[in-house]
Amino acid sequence: MIDALAAMLVNADFWSAVLRIATPLIFGTLGVLLCERAGVLNLGIEGIMVAGAFTGWLAVHAGASLWVGVLVAAGTGAVFGLLHGILTVPLALSQHVSGLGITLFASSVASYAYRVSFPNVTTPPTIEPFGEMHALGIPVLDAQTPLTLIAIALVPLIAWILNRTPLGLAVRMVGENPAAAEGQGLDVVAVRVGAIVAGSALMGVGGAFLTLAAFNSFYFQMVNGRGWICVALVVFASWRPGKALLGAMLFAFFDAMQLRLQQADAGAVPYQAWLMLPYVLSIVALIAVARRASYPQALMKPYRKGER
Amino acid sequence: MPDPVLRLDGITKRFGSLVANDAVSLTLARGEILALLGENGAGKSTLVSILFGHYVADAGTIEAFGRPLPPGDPAAALAAGVGMVHQHSTLADNLSVLDNVMLGTEPLWRPMSKRREGRARLVATSKRFGLAVDPDARVARLSVGERQRVEILKALYRDARVLILDEPTAVLTPQESEALFATLRGLCADGLSIIFISHKLDEVLRVSDRVAVLRAGKLVATLPASGTAKSTLAEVMVGRPIPPPVAKPHARGDTVCVLDHVVVRGERAGERLDDVSLSLRSGEITAIAGVSGNGQAALVDVLCGVRAADAGTVKLAGRALAADPAAWVAAGTARIPEDRRDVGAIGALPVWENAISERYRKPFASAGIVRRAAARAFARKLCDRYDVRGAGIDAPAGALSGGNMQKLIVGRALSGGAARADQYLPTLVVASQPTWGLDAGALAWVHQQLLDTCARGAAVLLVSEDLDEILALADRIAVMHAGRLTPARAASSWTLADIGLAMAGEGARDAA
Amino acid sequence: MRLEARGALSPALAIAAPVAAIACTLVVAALFVAWAGAPVGRTYALIFEGGFGSRFAWSETLTRATPLMLTGLAATIAFRAHLYNIGAEGQLYAGALAAVAVGGLHGGAALDLPAPVLFAAMIAAATIAGAILMALPAFAKTRFGVDEVVTTLLLNFIVLLFVSMMLDGPMKDPTAMGWPQSVALDEAVELPKLVERTRVHAGLLVAIALCVLAWAAMRLTTFGFEVRAVGANARAARFAGVPVTRTLMLVAIASGAVAGLAGAIEVAGRTGYVTLDMSPGYGYTGIVIAMLAGLNPLGVIAAAVFVAGVLVGADSMSRAVAVPTYIADVIVAFALLAMLVAAAAVRYRVRWR
Repeated sequence: MIDALAAMLVNADFWSAVLRIATPLIFGTLGVLLCERAGVLNLGIEGIMVAGAFTGWLAVHAGASLWVGVLVAAGTGAVFGLLHGILTVPLALSQHVSGLGITLFASSVASYAYRVSFPNVTTPPTIEPFGEMHALGIPVLDAQTPLTLIAIALVPLIAWILNRTPLGLAVRMVGENPAAAEGQGLDVVAVRVGAIVAGSALMGVGGAFLTLAAFNSFYFQMVNGRGWICVALVVFASWRPGKALLGAMLFAFFDAMQLRLQQADAGAVPYQAWLMLPYVLSIVALIAVARRASYPQALMKPYRKGER
Repeated sequence: MPDPVLRLDGITKRFGSLVANDAVSLTLARGEILALLGENGAGKSTLVSILFGHYVADAGTIEAFGRPLPPGDPAAALAAGVGMVHQHSTLADNLSVLDNVMLGTEPLWRPMSKRREGRARLVATSKRFGLAVDPDARVARLSVGERQRVEILKALYRDARVLILDEPTAVLTPQESEALFATLRGLCADGLSIIFISHKLDEVLRVSDRVAVLRAGKLVATLPASGTAKSTLAEVMVGRPIPPPVAKPHARGDTVCVLDHVVVRGERAGERLDDVSLSLRSGEITAIAGVSGNGQAALVDVLCGVRAADAGTVKLAGRALAADPAAWVAAGTARIPEDRRDVGAIGALPVWENAISERYRKPFASAGIVRRAAARAFARKLCDRYDVRGAGIDAPAGALSGGNMQKLIVGRALSGGAARADQYLPTLVVASQPTWGLDAGALAWVHQQLLDTCARGAAVLLVSEDLDEILALADRIAVMHAGRLTPARAASSWTLADIGLAMAGEGARDAA
Repeated sequence: MRLEARGALSPALAIAAPVAAIACTLVVAALFVAWAGAPVGRTYALIFEGGFGSRFAWSETLTRATPLMLTGLAATIAFRAHLYNIGAEGQLYAGALAAVAVGGLHGGAALDLPAPVLFAAMIAAATIAGAILMALPAFAKTRFGVDEVVTTLLLNFIVLLFVSMMLDGPMKDPTAMGWPQSVALDEAVELPKLVERTRVHAGLLVAIALCVLAWAAMRLTTFGFEVRAVGANARAARFAGVPVTRTLMLVAIASGAVAGLAGAIEVAGRTGYVTLDMSPGYGYTGIVIAMLAGLNPLGVIAAAVFVAGVLVGADSMSRAVAVPTYIADVIVAFALLAMLVAAAAVRYRVRWR
């Protein structure tokens, strides 16, 4: 076992796999992070990732380029995000229930649309996904697709926006004290909904990565709980983009590891036990950081304009 | 008057069937301090909220510096030079002073925030007006007085020429209030105009040039401050004679509640008690003065059975009780909490369930089943006896007005679940900010209830930020600061200056 | 735009709003049907017929409604206390597995007990399994402040993997020729059928009885008051003397137990053994049912029948018309969102300024 572990750690393929597994998590976690920094919990992520995976893939299957597919997925995420935003911000409905409703709605619409578009197929049709880039010359990175590099680049970009720009300050403020933002002349509803739409677009892209890069087709159950893991990772990351990247990489590391160890182990431990490991670790991580979590103060509190 | 800087004309605003402002017209001159006076619920906050753009008036216009002000747009108000210091905190605790000040002052799409310039400007503004702050301090660490300075600086940073302050002295010690008034006079000398909301007559007369009095939404008088007597203002403000509460003479009894070297280790600075000792006697009102956030909440929580002391002993009627609200209630504690909407009542549940909420096991249930008929009958009698007006005992408690909700809570506490008024006498009454936000009539009613219960033999602990209330009711006064309590002395032995110093943590006599 | 609380609750609006929500749902679903190129009217008629149009349809609907009533009740109990139990799916499977472990042949516990005692033991095992699965996240919430939404969700995946592991190994049915299903339940502890030659079983009566019991408890008992108080405002409840942590833990145990029971009843009444696909998302659908029922246990009965009818009807409809069965999930999910808006419309008025 130890030999297998050591061999795994020096294997470039292993680290490529880690990055590949981490990519949808990075997009998803950054998306949830934007929503929660603005004060809104978005449990629609699981459904939005499914919908983004489907529409991105469908666009490419219909003849669009891969990048157009990514944009379509982002747009799909944005639309569902807008719905969640309208329900939770101006209408101030329960953020938990709205999010769960959106997950159910988005995934059922995606499944329905798939069946309507392809009524009689048994194996899902495939597309030509993003290829590995081989342009950078760096061993692990050049085995990645462009979306992975975008995901990594987004981390410092979003950190910059949140901490160094007036827009980011506005987003942080509506998540801490919306009355303060209103008192400084900002439109709290617009900023919150905007953050949710942007975050949901990222979630959609995270889903599209699965169908346009990691695999080449759309399967039911392909998201498989990744959205929920992103929600856990945001708490683990204390709502900071840098730690979100770290969390996603850690999780991907364990996920890739259990795959390799399973193969090395050859049957002594049932494969399901290995598959359980990432979910168990997520729960443990959540409990470990919960005590010290410094929430955005207005998270999950509905904002009623002018109520004082 | 030469061209006024602000002109409000015929402002009317309705919330449902309540007319909050009724055709109010006002002007504000340059360099003037105008006080907006009225009891709670008169419409003062609504009026300035309309001025600043938080609400849109149903009728009427506003002109600032000769130009019409677009309604409902705080950004427009800020751009026109109108700034507001709100009554409740509009600062984000987790961010720095500079963040809070710079918010909204730069175009949203600017790729990088100009923090160096912002910091320089903040420091310059701070020096110019004599309001010292540390730009990089996290707001959570600031004291209440410092936070207020930041709020004022927020407006001055944006070149406000009109400054609105909504009940600014509610959270200040007398000395801090004086400092604030000096600041305000300095601002006026600089050409700013100020609207100052208050319900305290003394301050209004001391600091303002003119006083506009609102009553039930209407502007009933505009008087010059100099030459107007306090009694005139009081009469105009309330409009009807409210007899002051009458204290029946009675004897002081035995000690019923003792706190001995009590320590509470709270998470936040304002929730700690640091070696507090206090004894309460029946037939006596002991008042705790102090700015909120100095540990009063912890003290009240301990005496209401919500929190246990981490060290020291707490005894009621000679027994040490567990931190269980039901035990304290059963031992005869009548509790009136500070926050009637979020702690005293459960808004979503009907009035009758709230009426029995403290005693839902005993006597209003048997073998785990609630005795609905008995509970409802009790609730009806309670609402009758204590004049709780609303949509009936089945309506959600959250729909009650503030005054009626407080009457329900006070009635519930004082009646002890008993069917008849004279059947129950609480051992200890814990009243925390009991008249906050109430109009003059309800305020007088609460005071009378406290005095009557005390005269019958209960021990009363009154925690209040309102020094007028304390001076009117208390037999003994102690002052709380930073978790420590001064010894309780007879009310007559305290001067206002003494109390103010103790509230700020200074003073000749510290806790022993 | 502002929301203003309505002073008095008008009963007319309390009925009109949910009706409007259902109507909107049907309109939106009609768009989806039209997109599939099918005739809208006929499709709806077929769904209705398939769910409610014949004795057979009703029997199928009621069979499907049985676990839905229980998961809906589990969600209702928890959500009423603001405890978000999203783990009913896992709790159901755990309950099913525990039931088979105790009451199963050839590798179940093979306990040599008289049938009624074995039955009771089986039910007990299932409810305990479900209760534990919800008690753990609830404990993490009360003790460490961990949000239970994510922990219950992640537990679903863990439980399903565990069940899969058991079905591949220790609890595999040796007579099933490689098909991943569990050992079968001892016939003696299966639930009797209610109606001849249909799949409706006694579990339906248990489900209805539990809903009525929960409704009565919520309304009449001190525990019911405690649950409602904690859900409405935990801080005020604590002030009033309600033991908040204890109430939350009891709610968690009750909710998990009911979900676990759903699993046991499915096994004992419908399938006879555990498979990986025995629940097409009943746990999640239960949440929708709870919301549709307005978190009222009596409403859960009606909502479960309604949703089951739509699911069964859509299955039958899709055999006749080229509309995918997922239309049922679309209808149910949209109905949830529409009911959410309707519930708010009853309590708040929109003020444009």
